[in-house]
Amino acid sequence: MANTKVAELGHKALGLTDADVLAMYRQMLLARAVDERMWLMQRAGKIAFIISGQGHEAAQIGITWPMRPNQDWMAPYYRSIASAITFGMTPEDIVTAHLAKGDDVSSGGRQMPGHYGAARYNIVSLSSPVGTQVLHAVGIAMGAWVKGEDVVALTSFGEGTSNQGEIHEAMNFAGVHKLPVIFVCENNGWAISVPLDQQVGGLSVAARAAGYGFPGVTVDGGDPLACYAAAKEAHERARRGEGPTLIEAVVVRLTSHSSDDDQRRYREAGEVEDLKQHDPLPIFANRLRAAGLLTTELEEQFRAEVKAEINEASKRAEAHPEPDVANAERWVYAEDGD
Amino acid sequence: MAELNILEAIRAAMDEELERDPNVMVLGEDVGKKGGVFGATDGLWAKYGGKRVLDTPLTEAMIAGAAAGAAIYGLRPIAEMQFADFAYPAFNQIVSEISRMRYRSNNTFGLPMVIRMPYGGGVHGALYHSQSNETYFTSTVGLKVVAPGTPADAKGLLKAAVRDSDPVMFFEHKKTYRLFKAEVPDGDHVVPIGVADVARPGKHLSIFCYGYMRFCALEAAETLAREDGIEAEVVDLRSLRPLDTATVLASVAKTGKALVVHEANRFGGFGAEVAAIIAEEGFEHLDGPVTRLAGPEVPGVPFHHNLEDWFMLNPAKIVEAARALAAY
Repeated sequence: MANTKVAELGHKALGLTDADVLAMYRQMLLARAVDERMWLMQRAGKIAFIISGQGHEAAQIGITWPMRPNQDWMAPYYRSIASAITFGMTPEDIVTAHLAKGDDVSSGGRQMPGHYGAARYNIVSLSSPVGTQVLHAVGIAMGAWVKGEDVVALTSFGEGTSNQGEIHEAMNFAGVHKLPVIFVCENNGWAISVPLDQQVGGLSVAARAAGYGFPGVTVDGGDPLACYAAAKEAHERARRGEGPTLIEAVVVRLTSHSSDDDQRRYREAGEVEDLKQHDPLPIFANRLRAAGLLTTELEEQFRAEVKAEINEASKRAEAHPEPDVANAERWVYAEDGD
Repeated sequence: MAELNILEAIRAAMDEELERDPNVMVLGEDVGKKGGVFGATDGLWAKYGGKRVLDTPLTEAMIAGAAAGAAIYGLRPIAEMQFADFAYPAFNQIVSEISRMRYRSNNTFGLPMVIRMPYGGGVHGALYHSQSNETYFTSTVGLKVVAPGTPADAKGLLKAAVRDSDPVMFFEHKKTYRLFKAEVPDGDHVVPIGVADVARPGKHLSIFCYGYMRFCALEAAETLAREDGIEAEVVDLRSLRPLDTATVLASVAKTGKALVVHEANRFGGFGAEVAAIIAEEGFEHLDGPVTRLAGPEVPGVPFHHNLEDWFMLNPAKIVEAARALAAY
């Protein structure tokens, strides 16, 4: 996958500038830095639980890159840390949510870590039973279709979730009415401890799209440019009224399922060791270097900036107020003035 | 004033709300060209088009979940479950997602949406076209649940539900659809959610009911007055969540005796909550045991008419229960 020839990065053919691809890489670094900081804070006892996006960053950055902030919508899932950043969540928002602070934009400290969502960024509030959010994305796309408005809804989920009945209902309905929605399956091969061949009879999630009457494409989720190309095409299709696309991005899960899991219990030792070879960050960095775009100085600058950003974000997040028990019974229903 | 039956009143409410607010839409199975299996949406597809009156695949989770997404987007969807019995594939969406959205998002996402639930037996629908499953939803915090028993309330409560900022489960008893006609006020008739209706004042005992049981309880009250000289107060709860506790307790304070009537089975049913509230908050007024008259403890309404008649509550059964309580 890693290229050594300058001419082969191919980003300009996709309409991306040098600055764009460097920005994509920087954002991958930022998402990783936030994710790693969450683990540190979890081990330090500050955060109760972590569910990680490490290994999914290239797919998430590439796929969310064509989305239009404050216009398009996203119904994410629990690994969508990099996607949430593209949609506008700041590192401070994310750390604040993980610390369950009272003014956390996702839930005001009501939900567990990893439940990304924020009305202000057009990110739908997420729950824990998997797959439920996919119908919400389809409903948003239906709303835009009914109103004749130029909006694309993107939703993401893992290949384990792809087997849920609600996913079938969502994709079928979106296919019937050619709704402007992009289904993103981030296939990391593992549903907690159960491998792909024990979950997906046909071994391909993308292949299912044919039955729903729209394209299903499989992309290398370690390659942000391949993911971007697929998402850009899907976004354009949706806006042209041609309907949904299912993108299956094949990614690696670099961590255990969550901070409560130990993947050494079910993954072969060699596989776990080998995972680092598939880390999309150094792979993309090598390509950018080979293309003459990423210098050592720039890489160091990015890393320093990202480190400063997460340090500052964590510091500010820790100073946010705790939830007030006096509000615990509020906002079950709308209150006067809502 | 127009004389309408409940089905016509429901249709009029949807028609007027679709007309009034371009964000209102209707979705469900067969709601389009056919006009719904009961005719509730008859004519709306032709008037508002196939997007705002949208036929869906046979996918109840999708109907509820997509309605929720549309509500997030700013629409006010009215989702129809063809029969309340078929809502269970949507249970995850309704009970786990829709009811919790406002709370879990700390008030940043509300879901202004209605789910219409044609419920109840006595229509030869057997186990899977007759259920009264409101208790699953009345016990779910975050939902509102209403069950009208008159055409005026059906229209007024449905309009209130469409305009509400939160999800409303709208239970419409199928047997009442064409049971009788009654006057519905002209104009923009809206009945606030959360207010019970004293359908018939009385002094000897209170009968608490909703939906089709309002009709049966009023018939029973006529018989009790005529044959026994018992003046039963019939309180139509109309709104189950939120419940108009003040009206319930005021009635018990007046009569001293409470009979709670519903078609759903007794154990853990909605009547248990009404009875508990009366026992806790109206104990000093009681002059007899709070009594429940409810559907039998079987998993559904059996089909044969002998069996269905055995299952169904009716005015005679209410009269019998009321006489026993009055004599206590």
